[in-house]
Amino acid sequence: MNHLDARRLRVLAYVAAFLVGVFWLIPVLIAVTGLWNFYFTLTSVALLSVASAGVWLTFYIGRINIGQGAFALIGAYVSAILVTKAGVSFWVSLPLAGLFASLVAIVIGLPILRLRGVYFAMITLVLTEVVRLAALALPITNGAKGIVSIPLPGELSVLGITLIPDFSTIQNTKLAFYHAACVLMVLCYASLYRIVNSRLGHLCRSMQQNEELAESVGVNVAYLRVIVFAISSFFGGLGGAMFGAIAQSVYPSSFVVKDSIDFMLNCFLGGLGYVFGPMLGTLVLYFGWDLLFELGQYQLLVFSGILILLILVLPNGLLSIRVDMIRKLWR
Amino acid sequence: MEQVVANGVYLGSQYAMIALGLTLIFALMNVLNFAHGQMYVIGGFVTYTFYGQFGLPFVLALLMSCVTLAVIGALIEKFLFGPVIRRSAREESTMLLAAGLAFLLDAMILLVFGEKQRGVPKIVDGVLNWDFRIIMPYDRILICFLAMVSIAAFIAFMQFSRTGRALRALAQDRDAAQLMGVNVNRYSMIGFALGAMLAGLVGGLLVTITGVNLGMGGPTSIKAFMMVMIGGAGVISGAILGGFILGMLEAVGLAVLSQYGDITYLVTFVALMIFLAIRPQGLMGKPWG
Repeated sequence: MNHLDARRLRVLAYVAAFLVGVFWLIPVLIAVTGLWNFYFTLTSVALLSVASAGVWLTFYIGRINIGQGAFALIGAYVSAILVTKAGVSFWVSLPLAGLFASLVAIVIGLPILRLRGVYFAMITLVLTEVVRLAALALPITNGAKGIVSIPLPGELSVLGITLIPDFSTIQNTKLAFYHAACVLMVLCYASLYRIVNSRLGHLCRSMQQNEELAESVGVNVAYLRVIVFAISSFFGGLGGAMFGAIAQSVYPSSFVVKDSIDFMLNCFLGGLGYVFGPMLGTLVLYFGWDLLFELGQYQLLVFSGILILLILVLPNGLLSIRVDMIRKLWR
Repeated sequence: MEQVVANGVYLGSQYAMIALGLTLIFALMNVLNFAHGQMYVIGGFVTYTFYGQFGLPFVLALLMSCVTLAVIGALIEKFLFGPVIRRSAREESTMLLAAGLAFLLDAMILLVFGEKQRGVPKIVDGVLNWDFRIIMPYDRILICFLAMVSIAAFIAFMQFSRTGRALRALAQDRDAAQLMGVNVNRYSMIGFALGAMLAGLVGGLLVTITGVNLGMGGPTSIKAFMMVMIGGAGVISGAILGGFILGMLEAVGLAVLSQYGDITYLVTFVALMIFLAIRPQGLMGKPWG
């Protein structure tokens, strides 16, 4: 019991340290150093890690999902169309975008979740391309021109109390977006952690191990995988919608196959066995790519070379080092 | 109508070759080769270099494409996929490797061949005009013919040669093949090289018509995935069938749907989803691969 309490305290301390770091330390550091561009980078990391969290959840039921770009694009378009054409407040459109992405995921997921392994991976990859083509072809999405000059998020108030001020009145929009994105990220990972450590999480693990066996002991596999895919796509839709709001524009090329593959790589890189893996993976991958910018035309070469080396050396992701290292230090 | 069928056959013959390479690698190693499109692009660039720039005969340039890709494929299997498959418990890590490899090959193409669209002079001049019912340039007919000959040669190789038999045994059951004395490591390498070679061969053939550029890799891979899904992954007849079906759908789509805008692929995909809902393993595939 005592041991458990100590562990819980340690987890709480980690969470507190993380929150302080994200919401206080980083803004202070950026203010001191004057590296304002970092806000954009970190905001992107936060939002991409939200979408990656969704991909991670589908990995958790043993499906390789390379279609998150599709749901991010759907989310971005839904939010943009609601804000520009229907005049809905962004903060209302954000969950709606996620819900719409979930709805699409349920409709598409019912047939395609019967596929497994490489088959599922292939069809989700194709899905990304198809949503891009649909965005090009449909009249409501404005084709290749995209939806531009989306207004900044407005005020959100409940019973006259302003919860979130109008973004166009805030002087430092970058900081505001950074905060919004980080809150979104923290909420998403908190719910992801909750899902994984709930009954649903146990059932997911049983599916990951062996779907037939899980089904034979009474797990409603067909229902569960659709639910999980819907949650995963909800995250994708949220991330995409927020991204559209920050860029104030959405194009069919906002999320392409490359992004879908990146979401998958983020999960792999961070480690599929760890809830916070995708967050770390996104951070490392995004920053790694940015840091290598100095190399010019060799950027992609070095980047992919390092990636391949990492796969050869650390097949279980970055967070898997941590456990080993701690064990070695204790000895 | 005849024109649409002719276009479909022409597209299908190339697609079938692309899908063949992909499905061969999948059948042998259970690896989804994301870098297949990039291999195809490399094949195109090699032929461009030898035929377009150095002025060597086309056949020789084509041969160089095959050799280059076979060597690249063999090296990739030996040093990347082989070790990762042996060491990791999850099948997903090969997928990550394949994605990384696609980036790596893209980077190499960029550095070695540049990002410009490249084309080569026509191999044969003239256009076949059959009473205005079928109009098709002679070089397309030749390429289509060459592709079909290659497919036939490939099937014959797989059916009748000793290597082909070993590869088929490997695809059917890895452990059983090993127990029967098949050198699994060597034949995995040969199989991967063969798959890569097929991609290079199509690239070399097609550079004479569509030219080649850096950005073609990804979309080619995606099309190859669709064909493999239609036909069933890991089955040779399925890949050929899938290639011809997709080629035909594309030809029909371009003829019928073009008035509604560029929605051929959208419609194809929706049809594919409905099809997969009914038959998840594709036309010829084994259930769950």
